[in-house]
Amino acid sequence: MILLLVLFFAIDLAWGSIFIPLNEVVTTFLGNGTDEINTEILLNFRLPKAITAVLAGASLSVAGLMMQILFRNPLADPYVLGVSSGASLGVALVVMSSGVLLGSAGSWITILAAVAGASVVMLLVVGVSFKVQQAVSLLILGIMFGTIVSSLVGVLQYFSNPDAIKMFIMWNLGSLSAVTWQHLQILTPVILAGLLTVFLIQKRLDGLLLGENYAKALGISIIQTRIIIVLTTSVLAGAITAFTGPIGFVGIAIPHIARGIFKTSSHRILIPTSILMGAILILICDVISQIPTYTLPINTISSLFGAPIIIWVILRKK
Amino acid sequence: MPILSTYNLAIGYGKAKTKSIVQQGLNLQLFKGEMVCLLGPNGCGKSTLMRTLAGIQKAHEGKITIDGKSIAEYTQKEIALKIALVLTDRVEVENATVWDIVALGQHPYTRWIGGMTEKGKAKIKDAIRLVNLEHFTSRLFGSLSDGEKQRVMIAKALAQDTPLIFLDEPTAHLDLPNRVEIMMLLHKLAHETGKAIIISTHELDMALQAADRIWLMKSRGGVVSGVPEDLVLNGTFNEVFKSDAYYFNATNGNFSMNYTLSKKISVSSQDKTKLYWTFRALARAGFSVENKAKDHIEITEKGWMYNDKLYESIESLLGELDG
Repeated sequence: MILLLVLFFAIDLAWGSIFIPLNEVVTTFLGNGTDEINTEILLNFRLPKAITAVLAGASLSVAGLMMQILFRNPLADPYVLGVSSGASLGVALVVMSSGVLLGSAGSWITILAAVAGASVVMLLVVGVSFKVQQAVSLLILGIMFGTIVSSLVGVLQYFSNPDAIKMFIMWNLGSLSAVTWQHLQILTPVILAGLLTVFLIQKRLDGLLLGENYAKALGISIIQTRIIIVLTTSVLAGAITAFTGPIGFVGIAIPHIARGIFKTSSHRILIPTSILMGAILILICDVISQIPTYTLPINTISSLFGAPIIIWVILRKK
Repeated sequence: MPILSTYNLAIGYGKAKTKSIVQQGLNLQLFKGEMVCLLGPNGCGKSTLMRTLAGIQKAHEGKITIDGKSIAEYTQKEIALKIALVLTDRVEVENATVWDIVALGQHPYTRWIGGMTEKGKAKIKDAIRLVNLEHFTSRLFGSLSDGEKQRVMIAKALAQDTPLIFLDEPTAHLDLPNRVEIMMLLHKLAHETGKAIIISTHELDMALQAADRIWLMKSRGGVVSGVPEDLVLNGTFNEVFKSDAYYFNATNGNFSMNYTLSKKISVSSQDKTKLYWTFRALARAGFSVENKAKDHIEITEKGWMYNDKLYESIESLLGELDG
């Protein structure tokens, strides 16, 4: 699977509106690149994009996995807590209320707005997770927060000019290519820290499989674990969303595919495989989205491509 | 010395402001190697008591000690080393084998990576053997019947290797053979492994046969603790389960229904079994059996003689009596 990851990483680097042969990709990285334009494209455009794809796939898959465990619900995804809605409200506020086009997705202002929006929702959800007894109530509250925020975005859209709306829609479609090396310097450590946290609590996640009461009887602190899960998920999903816009489907699909393929319930196996498969899936989606002359938005491709995979996994089980 | 004791314990639910006390003044003791059945009418606080004893819920008053130390001083992890639970919660885990589920019982002993020592593996194997599921070890949990699943959950509790096991209605939803099997199994475990086991249940007759001790809980009236037979003979059972519709029949340890008996009949027979079942049928049909009654049924080897006519089955006899 690691080999597959490397393979698709390479293909993702080579493939695009300008095709760069693989051997040239290799020579460029060895520092012997002959073509200056190709080198520029590779190092400053495609490489950060591919790294972002890997980070996005890994973090969204793991975030989805954790939500499915916490809520014991196969339909949970990283966004059920309303984090991405929060991010989109932040972006909508900046893009539309200012009335000025402050730059494309990926500009620092958009990112900060998304981070701020996601954080507000996250704090709200963490705050209520101390109070509620049942994880299900948390799920409903998360969805409610998301709905409220989406309606606010709708109101904003209603009063905005068409240009601003188009910009917001573009952000909503998700894009890996806006992420630069400077962005990655912040994004990478945040994501890695999030993933590390998940590895540290993998044993508790196993215990949670039996439900919260049984987990408690095994000596697991439920409130503490729940807050760690909510916090980590929000950071993983929120950070990626801030930089790339929402990317649908990976979070819900990959955990199912991982369980389907590896036939296990142990998170020692499910976490790393979800990371790898999520990264591979986004890389594939990115390759597909690079059809000649156009670059399709990643969010549409991931859903278009991911839904049939889920259908296949479920049908194969029967 | 009892392994678990309660002192003037009050249980209930709700927080400080809205609390409602369900039971109070409970002074109970649980000993090693003893199987206790907790009985009582619905809503009297059986589950609340179980949860409170297990430290999942806080006591409103009084204290609970395990090995002489108050459970308020135990951390959640330390309690997990003392008490294992089997709950009524439905467990559905995709792709998990019987081994995987039972292995979760070892959770309090493993380090963060969850690696299993040889000793831990032996404990799991042992637990699976004790519930007679050796052949199911690598079967998927989801493919098992309800009775087998319940045995897996009991094995998980055994793998947790605790001196105490609490089971909340472990035989609910099971058919009779499975119910008997689980009760026998738990009884055997208590005696062979020296664990103290508390079972809350509605299976009165089963509890009477299998329990070493019964905690009989009255609605808001505290808990009477005693050997089952004593509680039957001193009338505690009848007092707790008082109703107009039925009565606790101390002769056979069952509940009998109180039918309105408006008609009278007399019956004679040599065959005690036939006599017993005829009585039951007649009671259901509203007849009280009295020696001096005018109408008479004679039970013979061939059937039931009534008004000089022979009836070959109780059904045909009842048909005649009703008509």
